[in-house]
Amino acid sequence: MENGKGAIHSIETFGSVDGPGVRYVIFLQGCRMRCQFCHNADTWKIKEGSETAEEVLRKALRYKPYWKHSGGVTVSGGEPLLQIDFLLELFKLAKQKGVHTVIDTCGNPFTREEPFFSKFQELMQYTDLLLLDIKHINQAKHQQLTGWGNDNILDMARYLSSIDKPVWIRHVLVPQRSDDEEDLKCLDAFVKTLHNVKRFEVLPYHTLGAYKWKELGMEYPLEGIEPPDKETIERANALLHTADYQDYKNM
Amino acid sequence: MSIERKEWEGFEGRIWKEEVNVRDFIQNNYKPYDGDESFLAEPTEATNKLWGELQKLQKEERAKGGVLDMETEIVSSLTSYGPGYISNELKDLEKVVGLQTDKPLKRAFMPYGGIKMSEEACTTYGYEPSEKLHEIFHEYHKTHNDAVFDCYTPEMRLARRNKIVTGLPDTYGRGRIVGDYRRVALYGIDYLIAMKQKDKANCGCGTMSDDIIRQREELAEQIKALKGMKEMAASYGYDISGPATNAKEAVQWLYFGYLAAIKTQNGAAMSVGRVSTFLDIYIERDMAKGILTETEAQELIDHMTMKFRMVKFARIPSYNQLFSGDPVWATLDLAGLGMDGRHMVTKSDFRFLHTLENMGPAPEPNLTVLYSSKLPQSFKDYSAKISIDTSSVQYENDDVMRPVWGDDYAVCCCVSATQTGKEMQFFGARANLAKCLLYAINGGVDEKTKTQVGPEYRGITSEYLDYDEVMHKYDNMMEWLADLYVNILNLIQYMHDKYYYEASQMALIDTDVRRTFATGIAGFSHVVDSLSAIKYAKVKTIRDEDGLVVDYEIEGDFPRYGNDDERADEIAVWLLKTFMEKIEKRHTYRNSEPTTSILTITSNVVYGKATGALPDGRKAGEPLSPGANPAYGAEQNGLLASLNSVAKLPYEYALDGISNTQTINPNALGHDEKERIDNLVNVLDGYFDQGAHHLNVNVFGIEKLKDAMEHPEKEEYANFTIRVSGYAVKFIDLTREQQLDVISRTCHDHL
Repeated sequence: MENGKGAIHSIETFGSVDGPGVRYVIFLQGCRMRCQFCHNADTWKIKEGSETAEEVLRKALRYKPYWKHSGGVTVSGGEPLLQIDFLLELFKLAKQKGVHTVIDTCGNPFTREEPFFSKFQELMQYTDLLLLDIKHINQAKHQQLTGWGNDNILDMARYLSSIDKPVWIRHVLVPQRSDDEEDLKCLDAFVKTLHNVKRFEVLPYHTLGAYKWKELGMEYPLEGIEPPDKETIERANALLHTADYQDYKNM
Repeated sequence: MSIERKEWEGFEGRIWKEEVNVRDFIQNNYKPYDGDESFLAEPTEATNKLWGELQKLQKEERAKGGVLDMETEIVSSLTSYGPGYISNELKDLEKVVGLQTDKPLKRAFMPYGGIKMSEEACTTYGYEPSEKLHEIFHEYHKTHNDAVFDCYTPEMRLARRNKIVTGLPDTYGRGRIVGDYRRVALYGIDYLIAMKQKDKANCGCGTMSDDIIRQREELAEQIKALKGMKEMAASYGYDISGPATNAKEAVQWLYFGYLAAIKTQNGAAMSVGRVSTFLDIYIERDMAKGILTETEAQELIDHMTMKFRMVKFARIPSYNQLFSGDPVWATLDLAGLGMDGRHMVTKSDFRFLHTLENMGPAPEPNLTVLYSSKLPQSFKDYSAKISIDTSSVQYENDDVMRPVWGDDYAVCCCVSATQTGKEMQFFGARANLAKCLLYAINGGVDEKTKTQVGPEYRGITSEYLDYDEVMHKYDNMMEWLADLYVNILNLIQYMHDKYYYEASQMALIDTDVRRTFATGIAGFSHVVDSLSAIKYAKVKTIRDEDGLVVDYEIEGDFPRYGNDDERADEIAVWLLKTFMEKIEKRHTYRNSEPTTSILTITSNVVYGKATGALPDGRKAGEPLSPGANPAYGAEQNGLLASLNSVAKLPYEYALDGISNTQTINPNALGHDEKERIDNLVNVLDGYFDQGAHHLNVNVFGIEKLKDAMEHPEKEEYANFTIRVSGYAVKFIDLTREQQLDVISRTCHDHL
């Protein structure tokens, strides 16, 4: 990323749940968080960038016929904000072509310190929507679940609210880890303080990425934890009042 | 000279009254519908009763091993049976009548394609063929199959036995001829007879050349068939000598036309054609007069559709391997645009899709939406919804077909278009281009049977394959194959015309008919990936004790077809163009126009069995990927990259069709129904706007397939329909091998 090039893990040309409409999803390589439920552990390792923003956009634009009025490019990861120079370049070019841009982030690199903050502010000019994962509302539990605290993540949420940048909040529901009623109530209260939330989604934890941990020679920390059942998911949705956030339908 | 008939009261236009011209009638009278599906009606009690009865019979049929009942004593003809009904007690409820035989789902005895196969079909299902018919068709009357084998050269037999050409219509009817069944309704039989008699009177100037003699004989057969149709209809109490007077009659007359075809021919594909817009005109007229309600209109469409769900033929096991699950390709086309730019969606296009809700999913009729992004949004949405709910619909790009075939073409099988009433097709199965590549490498020796099948060209002797050398040899071997293949087909079509002429269908097609000569390609994606591997990676040959290459080792990565990667995709385009150029420079029977398809049906499994290991890493005996689909596991960048690769294949070089089948997990299509519909429509718009030809859309997860395979007895799977290459099929009717093949194919599903 030092060289302005992007380190790309993989491409999904048909993303349909990572932003509005049909999405061209670019998974960037590299993440510092170590979420226990991560289904893309193979994207953690930080690598040298190899593709220019022009090249990446040129490939993405092959899919413009499928986007129509709603679709576009989503950059996910890994953690896209770790490659903010590349991201900025990519979205600047994308906006010149009228492409709808989305960042799917956990917010971990966010800080109001320089040089990051100015870049982030500029990036927001070229970003239409952020999918912000709040892994846990409780600082200590967040630390335990991901290896990092959440102060800056919540700060990012507040900042985005202050500039009125549309976000979809997402919360991965992991039994025994992030499904505690009191915690969910706290999360609900926090999200209620934000004014820019267009959608609020509960993402049920799944085990489809567990094999990747084994392939990487690591022990899977959630061994034995099953995906949440329907009742648990419904209860979480009720506690979080996710149904109240319907603005995405008009996006 | 214009004639006026009282049956035509209220219909506009002039030309169609002066000559047989159904297209002109449609264009002058149809009413485009831009609204949504909210007007649609639920099934009537009669529909529920009849469909319930039919489902009972289908269940019984499955319990009896796939065949409910079979004729052994009577040769099927237009008039060999009296009337038949779904059930004698419920016959008054049937708004549309007519069965192939005297009983529902009973399979007729149809020996003209080949007496051996007809008898084998009987014995396969435990029926004793008639001794009398055996004697007649062995001693006194020759059949198509016997005639073809009388004339095959030793080289042809060898190629056929080694399955480098395969699935040939030399043991079954060639099918793929769509009569313009609408003519029966619009004009009545007497007028059609008069027109054919006129053609016969004007056939030639008196000099009896081969062509003229044949034409005169064929016209005589057609006129006989038209008379037979009248007699057949009369047995059900209908006089179809004149035009239909209302919607109910129009549906019935049209169906009689189709029934005539399926009583006399057992072609692989027996398509219905483009009938929805036509019938809608009659329905609209009746509604305007106040003599038909929406519920009654839907009932007519439901009952007609029920009849299309009942079409059956007696088949043999080797046929079932090619075309698994008892398909008949009763293809019925919907929507499309007119040449004047108006869309052709009518309420009846909605009604046909609605049959999949009123009577549940079903593989037949093979509902085909002639798609354009310019179709009304409400219709696109409804059709996407039906796809998501039933996986029973296929899509073909009207924007690429209309410039070639006009706005009144119909799909005559899985994916190939023909102009309705103006054209017929000589169906010719397919050549295995993957095996051809192996012949190029092994100097014409078959890698499975070790027989010299192709010409004894010098094979490749080096350890590693050299791209230029392979390409040179492949080009030569394809030249040989194209030549042999076209000649085999010339012979087959000649004999089919002579011994199994489609008089009923041809009677409903113009005498001055355009003929296409449909060839086909199997193993497409494997050839592309193999050549790419040879070009971009290193491919080492593994030889057996005789020095024959029987396996390959690939060192390094290579681009694969299905990832929107120009390096692989340009090989795909090259392959199609090269094969087509080799086909089209050869003489084709009756000066027909050569075309080709990239389409395999479920035969990809049996073709794969007969094909050795390939340089792309596919192991010997594994199924080939179906149609123009990328190879299993090749797609690394998701659905749209795969679609973009297929979309690059130029339709003008594959006018017989480019089949692509994709399965999408509902969760990968969107969160809720609305998102799924929007996204599917966006996928269809994006794919077809790039000039792609065809897409089968399945929406379900792999888990459902696995469960259906293990528990076929569950009620929910009785009508579980999926799209496979070129048609729809009940999943539980596939062989286990084919089920496993379907399961192993890419399901677009991401985390």
